[in-house]
Amino acid sequence: MPSTGGTVVTFRERHPYPGKLIAVEGVDGSGKSTQVRLLQHWLEAQGYPVFFTEWNSSELVRDATRQGKKKNTLTPTTFSLLHATDLADRLAYQILPPLKAGMIVLSDRYVCTAFARDAVRGVDRSWVRKIYDYAPRPDLTLYFRVPVSVACERILSARRTLKFYEAGMDLGLADTIEASFVEFQGRILVEYDRVVEEYGLAVIDGQLDIREQQDQVREHVKKLFALAPMRRRAVPTGRRRVQMRTREGIKIREVRE
Amino acid sequence: MSGPLRFYGDGLPYLPYREVKGCLIAIEGTDGVGRSTQVDLLKRWLQVNGYGVVETGWTRSKLVQRALDMAKAGNLLNRMTFSLLYAADFADRLENVILPALRSGFVVLSDRYVHTAFARDHVRGADSRWIRDLFGFAPIPDLACYLKIDLDHLIPRVLESGGMNYWESGMDLRMGEDIFDSFKNYQGALLGEYDRLAREFGFEVVDAARPIGEIQRDLQERIAKVLPIRPPAATVHPVPAPTTA
Repeated sequence: MPSTGGTVVTFRERHPYPGKLIAVEGVDGSGKSTQVRLLQHWLEAQGYPVFFTEWNSSELVRDATRQGKKKNTLTPTTFSLLHATDLADRLAYQILPPLKAGMIVLSDRYVCTAFARDAVRGVDRSWVRKIYDYAPRPDLTLYFRVPVSVACERILSARRTLKFYEAGMDLGLADTIEASFVEFQGRILVEYDRVVEEYGLAVIDGQLDIREQQDQVREHVKKLFALAPMRRRAVPTGRRRVQMRTREGIKIREVRE
Repeated sequence: MSGPLRFYGDGLPYLPYREVKGCLIAIEGTDGVGRSTQVDLLKRWLQVNGYGVVETGWTRSKLVQRALDMAKAGNLLNRMTFSLLYAADFADRLENVILPALRSGFVVLSDRYVHTAFARDHVRGADSRWIRDLFGFAPIPDLACYLKIDLDHLIPRVLESGGMNYWESGMDLRMGEDIFDSFKNYQGALLGEYDRLAREFGFEVVDAARPIGEIQRDLQERIAKVLPIRPPAATVHPVPAPTTA
């Protein structure tokens, strides 16, 4: 199986690392990003070292994705492969090191996003699962379920103009970008339900009050930690500015200490 | 030539068509074996024979070229990203160049094809099942010719034409003390794997340790088996019969 530095890791079984990988999934507007940030604050306040990572954020494929999107030349397969490359790159440089170091990695979207979206674009379901076999299976995946009307209302009322691929315009589902977005999100929801079933994701009702949802999220995480206690630092007392050397250059970030 | 598309694996379920009229010919072989020269000559020969020809080559898609260059320059690629970027490059060329050309009845000459990824990944220690699954959307070519060469013939050829480069020498794997040793070990392993793939995928094996013209004639003979080649056509301006004085 594809190995990343000695240990053989596949999506089919538990990873061997001391850290924990927690992923949040859901359609745009499901509230997952809000919830994962709240989870991060709660964990950090208790002294758990946390690393946060986001879908499609690797510098390696940014240019390719941007260019393909601008020219509308992305096909379902190239779209899928660029995202798989993004995750492979972030795994090697961002996700695996903290997992190996015993940290908690919070991932805003993970492979289930690809399973859902790529299937809607018509890519073979079993093919997508096979290519993502290189990714370690999360210890916990939280799925934020909202009806399509709620998700779309949140996005359409609160936001800027929709983008071509985000609205699934490449699929030719509808004439207007808004109508296409609604149809596309609806299809992704159906596909997500299939994935929830297949991988037994923890489902959170995304229509609940934000704090109620967060309570449920924390319950799931507590259960996970009860199974395997995690290392903590002393409870943080302040913030420290650190220089982070990334491929894009040096970034300043504040960390709790 | 022409017929339903067949794929190595899961294929492209969303394609709105299943049949193509053209012919897909892959020319495989290691770095420096003379593939591009041969592809060039084949292209002209096919055109003379009346075929529309589209040429495509490994990593020639603009989509991921910068990502590949950037990553190679900083040596930031691990095996997975390397393979995935190659697959993205191939998918882009497949759907935006190769398939449209095949649909319109062109002969597509592919300078390297997916077997190149299979060979490289094997040498880099990847799981051969995974890489075959990854390229499962690749159509099976109508003909795959393999330019076979041995190290003794390959080395001087590569040195004469610009020398050994970092990636073609497998320097990322540190397969030797210096670039020469690494090249020998890496290309040696690669050639071994190509030979194995030739049997697995039924390549037409062409001895590439010969002069250019001989290799070309050999390739043309193999292609003539899958593509009807007309007998030398009458010239446009008939040559007047020589007058006897």
